[in-house]
Amino acid sequence: MSEKPHVQIPMEPERYELTAAPPYHFDLDRREFFRFLGAGILVVSVLKQAALTQESGGARAGRDDSLPKEIDAWLHLGENGKVTVYTGKVEMGQNIRTSLSQGVAEELHVPISAIEMVMGDTQLTPFDMGTFGSRTTPTMNLQLRKVAAAARELLIGLAAAQWQTDRQRLIAADGKVTDPKTRRSVEYAALAKGQQLTQSIPADGPLIPATSWTVAGQSVPKVDGRDFVTGKHRYPSDHKLPDCWQGKVLRPPSFGATLLSVDSQKAEQMGATVVHDGNFVGVAAPDAGLATAAVAAIRAEWKSEPQPSSKELFDYLRKNPVEGRDPTGDGDRYETGNVDQAMASAEHRLQQTYTVSYIAHVPLEPRAALAKWEGDNLTVWTGTQRPFGVRGELAEAFRIPEDRVRVLMPDTGSGYGGKHTGETAIEAARLARAAKRPIKVVWTREEEFTWAYFRPAGVIDVVSGARSDGTITAWEFHNYNSGSAGIRTYYAIPNQRIVFHATRSPLRQGSYRALAATANHFARESHMDEVAHAVKMDPLEFRLKNLKDERLRAVFEAAAKKFGWGKSPAPGQGFGMGGGYEKLGNIATFVEVSVDRKSGEVKVVRVVSAFECGAVVNPDNLRNQIQGSNVQGLGGALFEAIEFEQGKILNGRMSEYRVPRFSDVPVLETVLLDRKDIPSVGAGECPMVGLAPAIANAIYHATGVRLRSLPLVPEGLKLS
Amino acid sequence: MATIHLAVNGRPYTVDADPQTSLLTVLREHLDLTGSKYGCGEGQCGACTVLIDGRAQRSCITKVGAVAQRPITTIEGLGSGDQLHPVQEAFLEEGAMQCAYCTSGMIMSAVALLNRNHQPKESEIVEFMDGNICRCGTYPRIVSAIQRAARAMAKAGAATGAGR
Repeated sequence: MSEKPHVQIPMEPERYELTAAPPYHFDLDRREFFRFLGAGILVVSVLKQAALTQESGGARAGRDDSLPKEIDAWLHLGENGKVTVYTGKVEMGQNIRTSLSQGVAEELHVPISAIEMVMGDTQLTPFDMGTFGSRTTPTMNLQLRKVAAAARELLIGLAAAQWQTDRQRLIAADGKVTDPKTRRSVEYAALAKGQQLTQSIPADGPLIPATSWTVAGQSVPKVDGRDFVTGKHRYPSDHKLPDCWQGKVLRPPSFGATLLSVDSQKAEQMGATVVHDGNFVGVAAPDAGLATAAVAAIRAEWKSEPQPSSKELFDYLRKNPVEGRDPTGDGDRYETGNVDQAMASAEHRLQQTYTVSYIAHVPLEPRAALAKWEGDNLTVWTGTQRPFGVRGELAEAFRIPEDRVRVLMPDTGSGYGGKHTGETAIEAARLARAAKRPIKVVWTREEEFTWAYFRPAGVIDVVSGARSDGTITAWEFHNYNSGSAGIRTYYAIPNQRIVFHATRSPLRQGSYRALAATANHFARESHMDEVAHAVKMDPLEFRLKNLKDERLRAVFEAAAKKFGWGKSPAPGQGFGMGGGYEKLGNIATFVEVSVDRKSGEVKVVRVVSAFECGAVVNPDNLRNQIQGSNVQGLGGALFEAIEFEQGKILNGRMSEYRVPRFSDVPVLETVLLDRKDIPSVGAGECPMVGLAPAIANAIYHATGVRLRSLPLVPEGLKLS
Repeated sequence: MATIHLAVNGRPYTVDADPQTSLLTVLREHLDLTGSKYGCGEGQCGACTVLIDGRAQRSCITKVGAVAQRPITTIEGLGSGDQLHPVQEAFLEEGAMQCAYCTSGMIMSAVALLNRNHQPKESEIVEFMDGNICRCGTYPRIVSAIQRAARAMAKAGAATGAGR
């Protein structure tokens, strides 16, 4: 049973992070909420100040009973005292299910165990662009705290009305409102009973200051940790449905190959459902083994196109400019002062080029989706950082309205920016429609390595001018392809020209943890080290001389102190630093390496990170994120690189693509600068950016060899 | 296809499967024991680790026909009732996870290690665990968790006089 071609399934490669808001905001009906959630209290968070309304009960609700548009989160307190929080953010290991619960528990004064977070379900949660860019803590955590605070104030008001007393004398604690004078108290659940109260809160409600936090700011353990150590938690690839079959997709032999003909007779004889639709060929079969065998039995003819290889990658990037922008970075062109004049009059002038290879995210759980059609309604469980984006991809692929599509995202096996797209969701849904039953598609590791997308490769040219006293006077910085995140310099330089150049990319590329900030910090902080040596200054002293930003100075100084900067190295030992400002956080990373001059083996021995991200929400989880950033960053810094030739990935398996393991891990020390006076920001990305240059600078310190390409030592250090 | 008798987590199972099928596929698809994970399919990442005769094995490259009747333990079979295994407890106490997709395999490998080496040195833990990948990079916490579990198990052993 083969379906004949009639639609082309679009799978557009995404360039950088999508940040577009949805085109429409449909009305939400207040009564619908209570029908679904049950009676109680509902507080919605509204992004736009203008949408602020205050309602009290059905009688005085808005003119058409609709809730404000532009809602980004809501909280429901039920008659049983249960608090349910709805957010479109998703959990993939950054531990926001816990940290967001902490914010709510803090403001609402309920135990964390009373809170359920409903996340990343396009039917139940408000629209959210996606979980990326370290935005959860600075935006969603703040919004949810405001929502919880509004709910608390509403409850105090209800108790005051019930007791006919002044609300000022009442306090909320432990899920109750209490009157300390009369010692009367009433549970939140009792206050919510029979209510259908809604409240919309503005963007600037009152909040408990970080200095008074008791639940937020603490190292609360992962809220559902037990489900993970017992194997009970179901990741997207673990979900199944009755009568569910497995799907497999026939892959082209190389990137850009076009399908000429397909003979699927044998696969059909094996009992598989075969779909040939446009450029898509896939099968569905009762089990994965049969599906794999059926795909292998399909005879297809392809026409391949010549493709560039990794050997000529950097030359290719320079020679293939395209019109284009990077909307997620710091802007494509920045110029101040007079660079040419300052460069011409500089006492020291240095020009260097730095390169960065493509690397793969390698989320341990590959892409997976389970799709089910009921008539024209489609439900898909899938691992993605953008459930609403995937809903849009599905609606477009199947030409159905978005409200016919529900995407659910069970807490997934990591993403690191690598799961923004909905390939498996579309594949499973297409096969499910043909097979007339639920279909699950789980990519193999080889598929994940080949048909996902990569962190962009790049070439970066830096030219600097400095005075002999170590003052940098001119700075020119050109990034080809890798992106403009973190492209601007935080050093105080009067004359600057900073340009991002979009180019064609031989491979499909997209978001990766910290985006291009890793590449741009690598080039900038390596170059700073080179200039420091050129003007014969200590690299720390040189940086501080050119750095005015107090928060950044503070992390450099804190890391230097902890590291013991200034000590003399033993033979084969080297020290280096790198740091910067990214996603509103400040990082300084100091590294000790040892180099075996005979074997060329480079070992990162010790890493000291000083990090400041405003008020710390969960110190233990923050340390976990910083350690994780450093361990993951080690791979891209030292040995990770995708090799390709003629449209094929040459090292697309775990046995061929090396990722950091236990034996690669250095001693990791962390200094947290907890700034309770500054709003909390994210921490999953920034701590990574200082590592690669710090290692490169330490290798130079140990050996006198300057490495300017990431990865630095994929095959050890060649010392001639 | 063949009828294969398996002993998983102390329970007998009979499955109809090609003996060449991987144990991981049978555990996940036939027995719905999804705690063991697919990560690479070539025994490189350890996410699929189970115990066979008490030893850590990669179930993704273990053919189901080769393990008939042999005692297999998966993450679902650790601990008893509501009581977690000391290694599971230790992973929670150390916060030794982020996305936790590797956690089942890490715990199973750690149990196998502690079964044969009750007080492993840090270097021995690193060497034994090096075949398990945590892409989130929680390795230092996993090492701490294994050390914590070793201490807890020694204490429990001493308390019950069981010795080991």
